[in-house]
Amino acid sequence: MKTPLKSRPQLSEKHAIKSPVTLAVSPKMIKWFSQSWMLVVYVFLYMPIVTLVIFSFNDSQLAAVWSHASLRWYAALMKDNDLISAVLLSLKIAFLSALISVFFGTFTAFALNRYKRFQGRTLLSSMASTPLVMPDVIVGLSLLLMLVSLQHWLGYPERGLFTILLGHALLGTAYATVVVTSRLREMDSKLDEAAMDLGCQPFQVFRLVTLPLLVPALVSAFLLTFTLSFDDVVLSSFLSGPGYSTMPMVIFSRARLGLNPTINAVATVTITVVTIAVLASSFYTSRQERNRKREMAQAYSDMNK
Amino acid sequence: MKNISSSRISSALRKLIDGRHFVIGVPYFWFLILALVPLLIVLKISLSEMESTEVSSLIEWANGWPSVKLNFASYMFIATDALYYQTYFSSLRYALMTTVICLIIAYPFAYFMARSPKHIQPTLLMLIMLPFWTSFLLRIYAWKTLLVNNGVINNILMSLGLIQDPIAMMNTPFSLMVGMVYSYLPFMILPLYANLSKLDMRYLEAAADLGTSPFKAFWLITVPLSKAGIIAGSMLVFIPAVGEYVIPELLGGSDTLMIGRVLWDEFFSNNDWPMASAVAVVMILLIMLPMAIYNKYQAESKA
Repeated sequence: MKTPLKSRPQLSEKHAIKSPVTLAVSPKMIKWFSQSWMLVVYVFLYMPIVTLVIFSFNDSQLAAVWSHASLRWYAALMKDNDLISAVLLSLKIAFLSALISVFFGTFTAFALNRYKRFQGRTLLSSMASTPLVMPDVIVGLSLLLMLVSLQHWLGYPERGLFTILLGHALLGTAYATVVVTSRLREMDSKLDEAAMDLGCQPFQVFRLVTLPLLVPALVSAFLLTFTLSFDDVVLSSFLSGPGYSTMPMVIFSRARLGLNPTINAVATVTITVVTIAVLASSFYTSRQERNRKREMAQAYSDMNK
Repeated sequence: MKNISSSRISSALRKLIDGRHFVIGVPYFWFLILALVPLLIVLKISLSEMESTEVSSLIEWANGWPSVKLNFASYMFIATDALYYQTYFSSLRYALMTTVICLIIAYPFAYFMARSPKHIQPTLLMLIMLPFWTSFLLRIYAWKTLLVNNGVINNILMSLGLIQDPIAMMNTPFSLMVGMVYSYLPFMILPLYANLSKLDMRYLEAAADLGTSPFKAFWLITVPLSKAGIIAGSMLVFIPAVGEYVIPELLGGSDTLMIGRVLWDEFFSNNDWPMASAVAVVMILLIMLPMAIYNKYQAESKA
């Protein structure tokens, strides 16, 4: 040990000894600096969203020049049949894709978590993580070429809702696997063991013990994969056929041409819906958590009576 | 005799579709069909050539014997045509710049977030996640409103009298970088925060007790211990950024070359499937190394 014990600074002396060595930075300045750094990042993250919302109420034809407040773009939105049918298609695909993703994601998470050793486990885990990082254009291109070859041999499937759904479900499964896996890892395996000791069959253990505990994770996986699908433009563009335009595809084709105020109105509507949904779901999960804790406390106090 | 064999068959059947095989088999089948096979098909098509509206077949049957005909024309083209290798180079450069800028912004942010009072941390985290839930496309579009010549930022600067003429920001490398950093920043913040919030403060206290300055302790203790978070975040940003298509299409200019756009054009405008596939295969080879690093660190952090 280089520093003899005696010269070791006491806790209270810490600052007094350090300050000549470093620049004289007071804790107050550090606090000020860290808070402003965080504030700037939050402003950066929220500035575009706030701008979208503000300019959706702008009367001007020029999307970036403010004239005065009006609801004219919302009125235009109501009559925009292309966009409305695209939104309906997107909602349908997102709902189905989220269901399929949660189903297969739960399977994948179980396979990877409950069975530590089986042949090809590494292959499965890397296949499941590939769509997470692989650029969208590659996923879209490869799926399309696969589906085209399939159609070549079998005459099926036609490009359309089903093919878009497959692409979104692939991406969603990868994300759902991550969400469910992290929950499975936290879960106490003693509960499963206890159920088995009490004579449960493996499937009964799953249905009566594991599944109820997994519900919050399944809900958040559903919401996440729903949003992913509702948001995707690259996979849909590769996989869709004539007559099947999702909402992001319509928005993308308009945004490519320039600024378009109806996009701001769509954005504001989706932002409102999403914010309400996220707040509601976080409220729901925190209430679940509270209830669970209360029940646990109740159980303990009953036990000690 | 008959009884024994039938019970044997049924037990074999039960074994075949028992829980374990079923639980492993279902996702295996799903990912094989949708993730692995498509990539192999891309590889196959990159080695064929376009024959009018169809892709040539790799295997030809001559006198009852199959012969494999590989066509490397697309790869030769990528290797010799300046547009392609320059585009790869510039994609890698933009992706690297995005990663570095994200790291510079995100590290202090995640550090300060992890040091914030415990009870406000969930809210801070939620505020990072919330933009995730809003359409990525709409957020990129919003930057257009902010950055165009008669856009919000130029108008504010001009009305404040800071500039006379609008600054040309749209369709430049600047607008591209803003869009990329903006979209990928949360992917850097989240793994860094996850890592830094687990940092054992006793190490820093011990260093301070031994007379290390906070600055030195930061470089000698905090940064090395957060290496896994830095690597995870960097790979989560770098890999998808290389192949990004939407951001360069909406915010980039004609001179900001990105390989995702080239792939898209080869496929949708030129209808050249073998070329698009070859571009994809080379892109996969380029991101293979960072992906291997990412997987290795993920596996280590789980162990």
